[in-house]
Amino acid sequence: MARTEQNDIAAVLARHEDEILPEWVRVQKAAGRSHLISEEDLRSQTRDFLSLFRTAAQTGRIDDITGREWDDTRRMLEDLSRARARQGFTPSQTAMFVFSLKEPLFARVRAEFGSDAERLAGITAGVNSVLDKLGLFTTEVYQKGREELIARQQQEMMELSTPVVELWDGVLALPLIGTLDSARTQVVMESLLQRIVDTGAGIAIIDITGVPTVDTLVAQHLLKTVAAARLMGADCIISGIRPQIAQTIVHLGVELQDVLTKATLADAFAIALKRLGLSVQKAHAAKSSTATEKA
Amino acid sequence: MERIPILKMGGSLLVSIQVDMHDRLAMTLQDDLTARIVKDRARGVLIDISALEVVDSFIGRMLANIAAMSRVLDAQTVVVGMRPAVAITLVELGLSLQGVRTALNVEKGMQMIAADGEPEDDSSADRES
Amino acid sequence: MLIENREAVPIVADDDIVRVRHRVRDWAVTIGFSLVDQTKLVTAASELARNTLVYGQGGTMLLEAVTNDTRRGLRLTFEDHGPGIADISQALTAGFTTGNGLGLGLSGAKRLAHDFDITSTPGQGTRVSIARWK
Repeated sequence: MARTEQNDIAAVLARHEDEILPEWVRVQKAAGRSHLISEEDLRSQTRDFLSLFRTAAQTGRIDDITGREWDDTRRMLEDLSRARARQGFTPSQTAMFVFSLKEPLFARVRAEFGSDAERLAGITAGVNSVLDKLGLFTTEVYQKGREELIARQQQEMMELSTPVVELWDGVLALPLIGTLDSARTQVVMESLLQRIVDTGAGIAIIDITGVPTVDTLVAQHLLKTVAAARLMGADCIISGIRPQIAQTIVHLGVELQDVLTKATLADAFAIALKRLGLSVQKAHAAKSSTATEKA
Repeated sequence: MERIPILKMGGSLLVSIQVDMHDRLAMTLQDDLTARIVKDRARGVLIDISALEVVDSFIGRMLANIAAMSRVLDAQTVVVGMRPAVAITLVELGLSLQGVRTALNVEKGMQMIAADGEPEDDSSADRES
Repeated sequence: MLIENREAVPIVADDDIVRVRHRVRDWAVTIGFSLVDQTKLVTAASELARNTLVYGQGGTMLLEAVTNDTRRGLRLTFEDHGPGIADISQALTAGFTTGNGLGLGLSGAKRLAHDFDITSTPGQGTRVSIARWK
């Protein structure tokens, strides 16, 4: 686009800002959900964008919004997009913030250059193009924000869903639930080993009742953890191996010969207690002693 | 030249490795320990590696050697306090530390040495593989 | 691959192996590796540094902080002008069973690293390079 046409756009924006502003706000409100944001905020955002847009249009290239002249504009839109996402706007609604500028701006452009058809066409095309790009930019920011949020939540879920329980003095249990992937398994196993050190527990039961499938990588991680625990001086028992997983393990050729496995967590706990030289006994009922006294 | 101190605790010797050892120091420790086992007629040797951030194949071999030599001299060696990161790395390295008994801490290590001589089904001892 | 920063450490005496461990630890921490990954790097470096000293008759380690696309990593290169290794594959596979220090160190370091590269010419020297990515 020619420099002159870019200047035209900037000039229109400068001359008619006072009319464009309220009209733009009106179009935005008509687009919906504007109750999520205060009138004042809406107006100040609109004003900010217009002034940034005008400066960028004057100094930068209208067909390339990645240039340095557009940095401030992009940053403003980035902040706006994130804020609106938090406030509950959909990405389309946020993009509409930019797109809805077209109507009032085109009206002014038509009024100014209506007599010169070619010039009008050029300016309109340019405005269309740059506002499309800026609108799409807000959508990209929204997307990236969602991805970052999901990654954070995944991390938190990983940490929350792998609690290590102290079943008894010296006996830890790690009930694993859900699908295990390589990354999660590693995190989980490292925290188990640390708990073993922290509590001085000699026995750790890794229960996989709640794990639907186990692949080679996960099976290897489990075995490495058992080996590491043993190197440190603790023993591991793997419990809750369901028939399907047992089949997978054999099928994959994973060697379990050295590892103690039990069908249920309860069985594993019984073994652990036995190893510690402990046993569970019924407490003598008080009834029998009163009965003897009576007799 | 610096030496790692060896303490006497009852009928056992206690070594706490606090420094990042260079190879010469490790060999000196091996020699010193062997001499002390004989001199003090020790029944047990406790090596505390809780301060070690790294155990490579050389240190691993030193520990295995000490365990083997002490066994010949009728003493039991227990290595205690291995850090999780070290254990994980040793597993990855493929070092099994055969013949080296381990315990989580000094207290458990002493219990292990005291319990020695009694027939027990101890799965952490002398693994053949 | 982009090399952001580098440091050379001479390996000529027993103490240098300890210094190698410390430098690798510092770099690994700076790059942001987890504790387990740091330990793997330091342990692998210790193995290779020993090889350089004992079998390579002394040499150097080069530390490089590298970037590949978006991943950050640490690359360590051990170089010596010693006798070299005649049969590398034999050293790598036999190292474990025979317990020979050189092979043990090489195969050990290989297991602990993501990338492993070795070139050696008998009579001229050896260069081993390992890298781990975050």
